[in-house]
Amino acid sequence: MQLDATTLAAWDAGTAPALWRLLAPLRRQGVLVDTHGLPDAVRAALELALPAADAVPDELPAEPGGGGFLHAVRRGWRDALDTAAFIGEVLLALGRLVRGRAVIRWSDYARQLDQTGPMSLPIVSLTCFLIGLMLAYMGGAQLERIGAQTFIADVVTVGVVRELAGLMTGVILAGRVGAAFAAQIGTMKANEEIDALRALGIDPIDYLVLPRLLAMLTVAPLLIAYAALVGVLAGLPPAVGIYGVPSFEYLHKCLDALTWTHLWIGLFKGTMYIALVALAGCREGLHAGRDAQAVGAATTTAVVKALVWIVVAASASTVLFQSLGL
Amino acid sequence: MNALPSTTDGAAWAEPLVRVVGLTMAFGGDVVQRDLDFEIRRREVLAIVGASGCGKSTLLRHLIGLQEPAAGQVLYGGQDLHHCDDETLATLRRRFGVMFQAGALWSSMTVGENVMLPLRMFSPLDRRERELQARFKLALVGLDEAFDLEPAALSGGMRKRAAIARALALDPELLYLDEPSSGLDPFSTRRLDELMLNLRQHLGTTVVMVTHTIDSVFAVADRALFLDHQEKTMTALGSPHDLAEGGPPRVREFLRRGPRR
Repeated sequence: MQLDATTLAAWDAGTAPALWRLLAPLRRQGVLVDTHGLPDAVRAALELALPAADAVPDELPAEPGGGGFLHAVRRGWRDALDTAAFIGEVLLALGRLVRGRAVIRWSDYARQLDQTGPMSLPIVSLTCFLIGLMLAYMGGAQLERIGAQTFIADVVTVGVVRELAGLMTGVILAGRVGAAFAAQIGTMKANEEIDALRALGIDPIDYLVLPRLLAMLTVAPLLIAYAALVGVLAGLPPAVGIYGVPSFEYLHKCLDALTWTHLWIGLFKGTMYIALVALAGCREGLHAGRDAQAVGAATTTAVVKALVWIVVAASASTVLFQSLGL
Repeated sequence: MNALPSTTDGAAWAEPLVRVVGLTMAFGGDVVQRDLDFEIRRREVLAIVGASGCGKSTLLRHLIGLQEPAAGQVLYGGQDLHHCDDETLATLRRRFGVMFQAGALWSSMTVGENVMLPLRMFSPLDRRERELQARFKLALVGLDEAFDLEPAALSGGMRKRAAIARALALDPELLYLDEPSSGLDPFSTRRLDELMLNLRQHLGTTVVMVTHTIDSVFAVADRALFLDHQEKTMTALGSPHDLAEGGPPRVREFLRRGPRR
């Protein structure tokens, strides 16, 4: 095919693209296209863009197949299996640790202890103080209508110790620590540091997950107990200031309401939430992709997953303990 | 080309370090490379070359046991890396060191701690001996003054050399390098090339490297193994000079831009 450009008076930056759109399919079908006669600049750009007559097209990566609902279900199922496998591996690693055969880095444990514990105190204090305050304020408003203001102490104590201290601490650690775990481990993954460990025969679960999980399990009961104390004390100002409960009576009723059952259920549930936070953070880090964007995605997923797991665990355990009559 | 020491007793040296038999690599159902058969000889520098995405780094991951083969075996002295008990696996792993593409130094530790970690895990040395070993290994790669630095403080080339020091920590007989010259300037690349040859000459280390840098292949490799992207298998194995003259067309094309010496 020959191009006749003798009547072409003027051309601009759009000329070559327009010709390319017309000619490229022809060239691909093997039609000979002679571009002589075009202005030099247009012709040079065109020749560069047009595929050579005998060119083999580059193999493009296949589009990830299958969209829609089924695909999502399959992905969700695979993800659930992966998570189950991960938890199994962590349990095996804990078994190795108990038998003294795990390669664990205790300096890492100490560092994580510092990061998760003392560093979380200010924000745990603030949130649990506000929660206790709110609970006393709202609870008092309802109880006042039946003249039962003195029971504010019971509401606050049971609510905070049994449910809210653990829940709030879990949520805070999900954002503060779970996300950091995913980011740290995900960055190591992207940088092939995990591969470097595995090539040496060091299990990343032993080496990276165990110190973090153990640090979280160590600080969890302490943080939750502290959060509960702050929450219960935060109920004091509204009870005394707004509803006129004597402060001695408030504290006395708090101690009365605080049974061992509430205490251990609160600590147990909270510790469970925090373990889930640690597992979600580590799992997402280890399963992160290999680029910077994937690390960001892993961090977000870790937080979302931790929160979903916490809510599911909270509902399940509440139903369980209620039906056990505790 | 493959310089053997004069004190060699033939039998032990003739035995290759690694033998790869019928190795097929796949992701899911997609075959990356099939039916790879080759051996890694003692004290050679073997370059694994080929176009981007042909499976070079994947082959390396199979050789060091990070990925399971779809078929075939990787044999170290007759023992299958992918099918052996944990104890054997641990001893086989001691026989090679790996430098990953960007160095993969553990970022939460200093350079010295990076080199000392394998020693702490797998050697009976006490703390002082470990530190001496680590300083010595860093000196081998010309980085003795970087002992107390964080990996982030190092340049790309220094990071790679530090990673080589870490790979050498347990005195392996075989060193795997993943793209040693990627992202480096020509000067740093030459320095790494010289380092490889020096390690081979002075420590007797066998070097296997995955590389894109044709200059390096000609400068250091005794043999080059070409993985073909389209045929999905190795199409040539031999000295780079021979392959550049008489190899299959795509291999000649690939090696063409290298300097002729």
